[in-house]
Amino acid sequence: MALKDLKIVGKSVRLRDLDTHVRGQTTYYEDVRIPRMLHLKMYRSPHPHAKILKIDTTEAAKQPGVVCVLTHEDMPGKKTFTPLAAIGVAPEDEPILAFDKVRWKGEPIAAVVAESEAAAKAAAPKVKVTFEELPAVFDVEEALKAEAPIVTPWGKNYYQYPDDHAASQIRYGDVERAFAEADHIVEDKYQTKPIEHAPLETTGCVAKPEGNGRYTVYTNIQALYFALDNTAAIVGLSPAKLRFVGGTVGGGFGGKVDIQVEPIATLAAIKTKRPVKYKYSREDEMRVSSTRAAWRIYVKDGVMNDGRIVARKITTYQDAGAYIRLSSYGTMKHAGHMPGPYTIPNVSVDAYCVFTNRPPSSAMRGFGVMSGSYAIELQMDKIAAVTGVDPWQLRLINAYRNGDMKAHRKAADDAALVETIQAAAQLAGQALPADFAAMSSDDRKGG
Amino acid sequence: MTTKVLRLNVNGEDTLVPVGPMATLQEVLRDKLELTSVKVGCAQGGCGSCSVLIDGELRLACLTPAEAADGCTVTTLEGLNESNSIVPIQQSFIENYAAQCGFCTPGMLVATKALLERNPKPSRDEIIEALSGNLCRCTGYLPIIKAVEDAAAALSGKQSA
Repeated sequence: MALKDLKIVGKSVRLRDLDTHVRGQTTYYEDVRIPRMLHLKMYRSPHPHAKILKIDTTEAAKQPGVVCVLTHEDMPGKKTFTPLAAIGVAPEDEPILAFDKVRWKGEPIAAVVAESEAAAKAAAPKVKVTFEELPAVFDVEEALKAEAPIVTPWGKNYYQYPDDHAASQIRYGDVERAFAEADHIVEDKYQTKPIEHAPLETTGCVAKPEGNGRYTVYTNIQALYFALDNTAAIVGLSPAKLRFVGGTVGGGFGGKVDIQVEPIATLAAIKTKRPVKYKYSREDEMRVSSTRAAWRIYVKDGVMNDGRIVARKITTYQDAGAYIRLSSYGTMKHAGHMPGPYTIPNVSVDAYCVFTNRPPSSAMRGFGVMSGSYAIELQMDKIAAVTGVDPWQLRLINAYRNGDMKAHRKAADDAALVETIQAAAQLAGQALPADFAAMSSDDRKGG
Repeated sequence: MTTKVLRLNVNGEDTLVPVGPMATLQEVLRDKLELTSVKVGCAQGGCGSCSVLIDGELRLACLTPAEAADGCTVTTLEGLNESNSIVPIQQSFIENYAAQCGFCTPGMLVATKALLERNPKPSRDEIIEALSGNLCRCTGYLPIIKAVEDAAAALSGKQSA
């Protein structure tokens, strides 16, 4: 299909809810008015890694306005979950409320439910937990050493991909032979940092008993039905008893997919027979919500004098923090992406999803991919410097063309990089030599 | 803890509201008067999503003790919605795609209204300065600034015509 035949792509389309946005009449979960609502605040771990010896909620339960305090003992069935279990991510590693151990500073332990937000907030610090602190690990490569403290319940600080692989791997061609034949070897290490989504509306929900065994949950989750299924399994109800109302999210960016508030709020609503609101404060949002993962990426490229990349070897580590959430999926995306949009005949990738005692990371806009592009494009500029090939031309030479086989063995059939670079060069006022300006994604010539 | 009864004029209506000593104007407007355009983004004066007008001046409802507003006129976006001066601003935000999730939008509109009341023909720098207390995480600021520029032009064009 030619670009000119597209009806929507390339055109500005007005959001359907702009009219209500500008009038302040869009209904976010918190704008639904519900009488006799209770409020939930969490007592969280002050330690990054510790055994839990005892949880004492007596004092907290006696505080003014407190209706109940929930711990792992109130879970009707399973005590752990992982949000993507339905699509094969395993094991269910994350406690809904911590029981034997805490693995990150901020991990939820006891939910204090009270008549007002202020009462819940005042009572939460009165929960008394006896801990035995454990050595903690905060670095992905340290975490993979034999002597590192063990973070996960399965005894290995990495996600186990099918067939017991410690990493998501790609093997294509013969990297070592190509390195031996290359004119240059360009190697470097890249590090990204965690990033908080900081949506204007913080994570939250209200769970409301309907009085007939059914519960309505108003939420700003970005994954409504994953949240419904996980909540049903955790609170021990048929999914048919739950109605989730959402879709209007005050900024998400991947930060509202981890199903952190709905199960507990619903459990509290079941216990108290009252509507329960569980909303992150701004401090909670910054301190305990998932972040984009930090990545450490080692890249080694074999390059010819004319700029062609003939081999790429990657060893890369995602800091998943303490629990899986969406990280194992991010690592797989990352592995597939690391050759970049370039045709490289010999590729080896080992991408590790590593567990540390840092707050869990998870989804955020192109997670796994943005970090990879950051490393790859810095690397491309270094290759340009080493070979003396112009950085625009270097990318055009290596850009994949339709019909090229990618390293993860999918043929490119929708390549647009050549045209994108040409358009970018034009916008940037960068003149390209005639043979480069004439390149096309449908033609290998010159590349 | 003594409860005090505040006299407020909110969006043109006189109202009496009982409040405790720690209550903020944000709680009064959202929770007692159910004016939900007043958003809670941070409750610490950092994001501007609870912007309102107190006696015509731009204020953050979350940092305003309810008692400090006693006897004042308070205007939220609900109160501005039907006024002739806000409709062109709203239209300009729509035409410039100046909202995405919409959570910051009520605060942006109230801040814009406050700016254009005191400065009908602001420069681009003055617009940026006037909106510097209002955070947006989705759309980016360029469409919002453009929306304010276009709204100012539309409103001043109307006045001079």
